[in-house]
Formats: sequence, C-alpha cells, structure tokens
Amino acid sequence: MTARLSIIVVEKDPDLALRIVDGLREAGDHDITVIAESTGLARHIADRKPDIVLIDAGDPSRDVLEELALASGPLDRPVAMFVDRSDGPLTRAAIEAGVSAYVVDGLRPDRIKPILDAAIARFHMFQKMRMELAATKAALEDRKIIDRAKAILMKARGIDEEAAYALLRKTAMDQKRKVADIAQQLVMAAGLLT
Amino acid sequence: MTQTLRLAYVPLVDAAPLIVAHEIGFAAEEGLTLDLQRTQSWAQVRDLLGVGAVDAAHMLAPMPVAQAMGLGPQYPPFDVLMLLSQGGQAIAVSQPVAAQMQLAGHVFDFHDPVTAGAALLAATGGTLRIAVPFPFSTHTLIVRHWLAACGFGTGVSVHTVPPPLMANALAAGEVDAVCVGEPWSSVAADAGVGVLLLSGMAIWAAAPEKALVMRRDRAMADGPLTGALMRALWRAARWLDVTENRGTAAEILARDRYLDLSPTLTEHALLGRFAVGPAGHIRTGPDFMRFHRGAASFPWKSVAALFADRIARLHGLDPAMAVTAAMACFRTDLYRQHLRSAGADLPGASAKVEGAMAHPTAVASEQGQMILPADAFFDGWQFDPLFAAR
Repeated sequence: MTARLSIIVVEKDPDLALRIVDGLREAGDHDITVIAESTGLARHIADRKPDIVLIDAGDPSRDVLEELALASGPLDRPVAMFVDRSDGPLTRAAIEAGVSAYVVDGLRPDRIKPILDAAIARFHMFQKMRMELAATKAALEDRKIIDRAKAILMKARGIDEEAAYALLRKTAMDQKRKVADIAQQLVMAAGLLT
Repeated sequence: MTQTLRLAYVPLVDAAPLIVAHEIGFAAEEGLTLDLQRTQSWAQVRDLLGVGAVDAAHMLAPMPVAQAMGLGPQYPPFDVLMLLSQGGQAIAVSQPVAAQMQLAGHVFDFHDPVTAGAALLAATGGTLRIAVPFPFSTHTLIVRHWLAACGFGTGVSVHTVPPPLMANALAAGEVDAVCVGEPWSSVAADAGVGVLLLSGMAIWAAAPEKALVMRRDRAMADGPLTGALMRALWRAARWLDVTENRGTAAEILARDRYLDLSPTLTEHALLGRFAVGPAGHIRTGPDFMRFHRGAASFPWKSVAALFADRIARLHGLDPAMAVTAAMACFRTDLYRQHLRSAGADLPGASAKVEGAMAHPTAVASEQGQMILPADAFFDGWQFDPLFAAR
C-alpha cells in the first residue's frame, strides 16, 4: 500500500481538465486538484506542496513553474523537472504529446510512470481533437471562398452555379492547384478590379 | 534541392531575424526552407530543442548558459551560434507607483536609470515586486543590477510572469513593475495599466538579448547546413538594421501567423517611437534594439562569462566553474568559420572587458578595424572574464 500522491493539473478549460482528471483516476487513487486561474499560480502551487504538477506544454504559464523548480531554499520542497536522462523515451513521449510534468525531487520513477502515461494518453487525444478542429475550420474557410468565387463567375459570365464550379475545377486541374487556391486568386483579382 | 530546418520561436519583436530570413528570402538564397514553429513558453522552446523536435531555436541568451551550468533538465549540450539581438527590453511601472513618482516630480524620460531608480526607491520605500519573463534572462540581470546599484536591498522580489500576462499582473496589483521585451511593455502602456520608465539599453548599452541556439551534436553533424542557417540569419539581421526596412519588418511581424498584433505595436520597438507615458511621446530611434550593427550578432565569450557569473552568484553555485562551462558553448569559432565567407567583419578578439566602452570604440578586426558601439553599464560597472574565471 503506497501513500496517495498530491497532483495538481493546471488547465483553464474545465472540459479538458475534467478529462485529464478522469484519466488520472484510472491510474490510481490520488489527491487531484485543478487550477484554472493563471494569476497567482506560483503562490497557489507553492501553498499546496504537490508531488506532481501537470500542465499543457504550450501554456505560457509554464515558465512560472520553471521558477518554482529553481526555488530550493532550506524550507522549500525542491521540485525537480521530470524530464531527465534516466527516462528518455517517456520524456520524449510527454513533450511530443504536449504535456509537461514537474515532479518533487526523490519521487520514485515507478510511481511517476503510470500517472505520466495516463496524462500522455489524454493529451494525445486533445492533440487529435485540435487537429480535427483546425481541419474543419480550414474546410469551412475553403467553402466560403469557393462560394464567393462562384458568385463572381456567375455574375461576370452569366453562367449557372454548376458551370461556375466546373470552370473553377477545370482551371485548378489544369494548373495542378487546389480549387480553393484558384478561388482565392479570383476573389483577390476581382477585388482589385472593382 | 532545398533542406528544411525546424525553428522554434516565441512571438516577440526580436524573433524578427528568423521571420525575415524566411519572408524576404535570405533562407531560400541559402537553399533552406524554414519551418517556423510558434511557441508560447521558453521552457517549451528549450524542451523541443533538447529532445530534437526542432533543429534550432530563438532563445533568451542566458538560457543556454544556465543549461551549461546544469540548471535545467538534462539534455545534450546546447551551443550559441550567434546572438540575434541587443536591447528591446523596457521597464514599466504600475499606475499607482507611477502616480507617486510623478507627484514627487519624476519626469518619465525613459533614459536616465539614476533618477528613475532614485524616484522608484522613494515611491516604494524599497519594497518592490517586479516581473521578468524567465528566471534566466537578460531582464533578470539588468533589473537586479539596476535596482542594487540604486540602493534597493532585500525588499526586491523578482517574479516570473509570462509576457502576455504582464499587463494583467500590473493591473491586478500582483506586481509593481515589469521588465519585458517588446511588444509587451507597449501593450501594458497602451492598455493604460503601466507607464514606461526605462529602456534596457539605458542600463546596459549593449545588452545582448536573444541567441540562435542549436544542440552541439546537431550543429556539428552537418557543418554546411549550420553555416547556411547562420548566413541566412546574419543577412536577415543586416537587412533589419537598415532603418528604411524597419517599417516593412513591423508589418510582416504583425501578421496573424507570427505575432498576430496590430502593426502599430510591433512598430514601437523597431522604429524606437513609444507613444505612451505622462511625458507624452518618447523617441529612442532605431537603436532601441539592434540586430546587426557593431557586431551585435557576435557571440562574445565574455558575454557568456558575465551571464554565468551573475547566475552562479544568484543561485549559490561556483562562479569559476560556471564561467568555464558557459564560455565553451558560445561558439565564436563557428561564427568565424561560417560567416567570414558571407563578408562579416570579425573582431580580432573573442572576449572583451564587458562594460568598458562608454563610447563607440574602434577595435582590431580581420579586415583592419571595426567600430563597436558603447557597451557600458549606467553605473560604470565592468566585468573582466579573465579575472572572473580565476
């Protein structure tokens, strides 16, 4: 029977925070706290004396944790960065998944690993979600610009929508470009002419 | 056949050499495609470089020094290939502090560290919370140096606050002052939560700010590739120091995919025109930040030594060991080898007494003579690396 670990998750999106906490619960029975507020972050973390802090690697607030990792006066509990030669692949996996872990000095690797594995799995999921969201957004942008280009063609050449799209598509194929790129050029050129 | 290099940067005005090298075509000229990866924290830049997820990085110049001293995660050694900028830092104080200073008759001229320091000491009684972007930064060094020289003592606490959150920290009363690179001091001033007090260059006339950093194994593995990157950035820096190009640079930097800000904010630092402060408009000219002039990109070993000495003393480490480790990672040898062919004039020495030049000074160079700009500290402090290493 090992003692419960005190874990802090720094995440301002409540939905993402909830998913991370769920993932960590599967890794064991630990005391998990979420901090959403970036003001006073250093103070909040120092007050709680956690064993592990997990934060999105892309969060600007991470640099605040760097300061905490350095603070090691006689009364502080020194916080060591987990990223360390002794566990290269795990460190790399964490960085690639976009999660950073700050771990109190002296915590055994076999206690850290299940928690970090769980966090990495969740962050991988978020990355996938973000990529899908970006792709959807880009597709929507493409649709909008193609619609505008079609409208310009329909008006200028007196053709219907279907013919306008066929013309855009043929031009794109001839030039080996994307339909959206051709549409973008057309919209820009039309803007210059009016 | 072009080669692609992945470069991590933090969206600040001083990331300009990387962005300009890509946008104006200096990278393409060298057969390079730059994959510029915008990053939101210095720790992340360091980690991406450390695990090899990027090839090179825009980094606070003291960060690789701290790495060499063992203050950070254990990664393969980092090398500074060249410096990317000097200056660009500004100190701003909160509205309540500014009001007190103004009441006591302080004129916010942005240039005089002595009167600014005295007025700040009087207004705060020596208790001051000041924010910097990262523990290992030129900001930390100049702030501590300036405050100590002005009579501040143990009442000073220096806190790390991410630059985009600095204006909030000032507004919320979490800190009394901030020292940060542009555009973030201007953002605080424009938002009306801070008043600009002092430029970094007023404290240290040649304060090195950012560096181009690569892992040593990567830099040495493909010499021609490393050289190509250095030449592209060196030419970008030269382009940036032509005053007429600064407006274009401000426009490019402001774009969504880079800093994603209004060009009026990126212009402040590049043109040296600051719009906000009780004294009205402040003009510093293009020397508020330098990219190229006066061998600004030369990675002086003495700069490495100075950073190491200051960091070691602050964190209770042995300065002599720190200085030796730091000097080894400022690669004057690679700078000479790869930039000579681009036409860079190279100083005869690789180290100097930091802070010894109160005025622009002619020194020996490979092509005869070159003029180095003043590098003095406002209080006349000097740092001799040879003396420090003993």
